[in-house]
Amino acid sequence: MAIEVNGKTYETDEEGYLINLSDWNEEVANYLAQQEGITMTEQHWEVINFLRDYYNEFQIAPAVRVLTKAIGKKLGPEKGNSQYLYELFPYGPAKQACKIAGLPKPTGCV
Amino acid sequence: MSVKKFMFVNRKAPYGTIYAWEALEVVLIAAAFEQDVSLCFLDDGVFQLKKGHNTKAIETKAFEKTWGALEDYDITKLYVDAESLAERGLTADDLAVPVEVLSRAEIGKLMEEQDVLLSF
Amino acid sequence: MLHIINKSPYERPALDSALKTGEGAILLIEDGVYAAVKGGAAEAKIKAAQGKFKVYALQADLEARGMIDRVTEGVTVVDYGGFVDLVAEYKTNQSWL
Repeated sequence: MAIEVNGKTYETDEEGYLINLSDWNEEVANYLAQQEGITMTEQHWEVINFLRDYYNEFQIAPAVRVLTKAIGKKLGPEKGNSQYLYELFPYGPAKQACKIAGLPKPTGCV
Repeated sequence: MSVKKFMFVNRKAPYGTIYAWEALEVVLIAAAFEQDVSLCFLDDGVFQLKKGHNTKAIETKAFEKTWGALEDYDITKLYVDAESLAERGLTADDLAVPVEVLSRAEIGKLMEEQDVLLSF
Repeated sequence: MLHIINKSPYERPALDSALKTGEGAILLIEDGVYAAVKGGAAEAKIKAAQGKFKVYALQADLEARGMIDRVTEGVTVVDYGGFVDLVAEYKTNQSWL
């Protein structure tokens, strides 16, 4: 499968995750967010950037419980809770945010 | 959900086969379900923990970085077989993460305490 | 004859079998490179074979496994180009499964 953003084609898997991590850019992220019915705000970007950093460091996309805890540690308890994250990404913060961040589906997310 | 004691027994060298990476994925899945997870490294499995992996030329994900995420998954019980290390010329100082080095008999006892053992 | 070995000497007897064939060259790749690491039980086997066999190990696989700085003396580290040269140099080669 593939998506087209500004005339460029990007390969995705059958669930819409980017195949090549290096394809990611902000335009693609905005497009993927739109597909998910999400309008990106500063709060969304904060989580997306956190996830990309996490992936660079540990080479895995964290499961939701781990994401919540790790965000709490880095960005404070008011953000490190599932209510806040589900408000930003209603269909599952790990799943949806990872897709927008251009990462594979989180490990431990079945 | 009731919590069970899961031990993952890692016996394969990294990279040559996919077992080691697959095991790590299953470990993380089990931990995401908040199970009591421990990891045990025997035989060639101890090579997975060797520090200083540089996988650029073989174009594969390096293991070393992902061990750092185990703590986020509340996985802190890593056991390594002393005999396997010695046979391969390794010591605990050669490993990328803090582990508990045990004799094969001590590992056997820990295995007895588990509800589920999965061998990779 | 060039014997190409890609299995760990601690898990499979491919290296032992190859060494029993007489003489020639051994190229260690993938998990086979663990045989080239000093300090382990494989070191003695490699040392004992050195009169009859030239022993090579692939650089990329040693680096990947964090072993590039502990190669047994007498083992020659080769890159992918060296791998190709070896295959060309020997009339026959065999990849042990």
